[in-house]
Amino acid sequence: MTLITDHRARTGSQLVNEDAAARRFRVHRSAMTSPAVFEAELEKVFAHSWLYVGHESEIPQPGDYVRRPVGGRPVFMVRGVKSGQVNVFHNTCTHRGAVVCRRDRGNAKVFQCFYHAWSFDSEGTLVGVPGRDAYGEDLDMASLGLAHVARSQSYRGFVFASFDPDVPDLVDYLAGAREYLDLVIDEADGNLQIISGTQEYGMQANWKLLVENSIDGYHAASTHDTYFKYLVSLGTDLSVGVSGVTRDLGNGHAVLEYLAPWGRPIAKWEPLFGAQAEGEIAALRARLAAEHGEERARRMCDLNRNMLIYPNLIINDIMAVTVRTFMPTSATAMTVTAWEAAPRDELPEVRQRRLDSFLTFLGPGGFATPDDIEALESCQQGFASGGVEWNDISRGMGRSPQATDEEQMRAFWRRWRDQLDGAGPDGAR
Amino acid sequence: MSALAALTRAEVEDFLYREAELLDAWELDDWLQLYTADARYVIPCTGDPGGDPSRDLVLIDDNRLRLQARVERLNSRKAHREYPHSNTRHLVTNVRLGAAGDGELPVRASFTVWRFRGGRETSYVGGYEYRLVLDSGALKIRSKRVVLDMTALRPASDVAIIL
Repeated sequence: MTLITDHRARTGSQLVNEDAAARRFRVHRSAMTSPAVFEAELEKVFAHSWLYVGHESEIPQPGDYVRRPVGGRPVFMVRGVKSGQVNVFHNTCTHRGAVVCRRDRGNAKVFQCFYHAWSFDSEGTLVGVPGRDAYGEDLDMASLGLAHVARSQSYRGFVFASFDPDVPDLVDYLAGAREYLDLVIDEADGNLQIISGTQEYGMQANWKLLVENSIDGYHAASTHDTYFKYLVSLGTDLSVGVSGVTRDLGNGHAVLEYLAPWGRPIAKWEPLFGAQAEGEIAALRARLAAEHGEERARRMCDLNRNMLIYPNLIINDIMAVTVRTFMPTSATAMTVTAWEAAPRDELPEVRQRRLDSFLTFLGPGGFATPDDIEALESCQQGFASGGVEWNDISRGMGRSPQATDEEQMRAFWRRWRDQLDGAGPDGAR
Repeated sequence: MSALAALTRAEVEDFLYREAELLDAWELDDWLQLYTADARYVIPCTGDPGGDPSRDLVLIDDNRLRLQARVERLNSRKAHREYPHSNTRHLVTNVRLGAAGDGELPVRASFTVWRFRGGRETSYVGGYEYRLVLDSGALKIRSKRVVLDMTALRPASDVAIIL
């Protein structure tokens, strides 16, 4: 019998136990507590997946840049002045290593390392070395440009990077998640924008607990009672409940698509939005129906989507749209970065409703997210108690998965299992 | 107007200390009475101290309705992050009065808020920007903007308590 205090690295198959006949799916709790598993994840998951870097709308002008860690490594994303393309660089001077981009965002034609003043342009080319004559003819400027991350690609504005040169192309990697990304982007008439302002927080819990929580329809009613009470106090009808489906989108991606009591800026009215908004929202909906047809417009307007893009990007199109990524700093802690996305050309009053709607539920000051943090930290504390080795993720295995089931989590865990077992990006061993 | 302009720093400090005392005692219903009916309570994101809640993503943008809801939430047993409540200590210092005008007195102050719960301690450091008014003769808060000095809510995790 394995013990939860046994921190030997195990294979994915030893940590994720699926018994289809018994309709039982279990995850060993050491997957959330073991430093050895954490080390294995850095190598097998984060070094071989596509990881979210940022959105092109954050760097619209040539020379615009943002700096942030991706997969725990400091990188920066800059729009090249000559090419107009998005470059994602390792944030390190090719001379002796200091970071060359030292602000979180801005605009620059040149990134100069302050240590010995080597300078690089926005395409990464080394353009300045003080006292170059000391090297004679031997300094190969062309080979000393900033290092691009192994792969970087953008899907309709969402920029991803991978540290694995052999990772499949992003569109193939996204698999079934493309359809849902398209819905979110098309709602915004193809012109989605990240709103200025970044919520940076963290919690003392394993990162995979936030994967589960971000796409969990089962916990909403019990954990978020105070949010629902707030909605009710404003006249929202809760009787619709949370109803819908969950789907495995391939490659570890998954979605929960459902009806819920709250309103949506695009485009489901609720009392919270105020009576004057009712007509505007009806007009928005009619416009989407004219453009995309009734069925697709109904999905866009009425249905909420909580989507995981494996391994650590969440795009939740709910009472507002949040883009959230997170990264473990140990087996028992993570950092979280969250943004809000919105149509670029939204009317100010619609934008205000969206901002209000976001903050009421989401983020470290919202009426819901702090209680999620509490739940995940509470799970982590519970694991430390021992006595119970496995988490149960079986809900809904015996039926067509519904919104309060756990099939979407199983999709994540199966891919995670395969990666920890050492499978390649296409699933091949 | 003249009454606002005549307020001394000691009087304003007393008022701010009273607010801190009510928050630390979790007397949130009484705390809310310090705020006007058109009050705003705003916390911009760390790293974006100028964040404008009408345009940008912030951490908290409460009008009176949401402030009321926040108090009801924190008074309930279902605000899991704050049930049981943290022990907090709001320290308010460096109080500076601006020039009264348009019926408002702008006040700046520095703060440290300590939060202890479940064996963990976290702290928040930053500046308060108040706009105070006289409402039926009583000093009240029309606006409180909390600008955090931390570069991220780590290790603080959240702003589930009122700062």
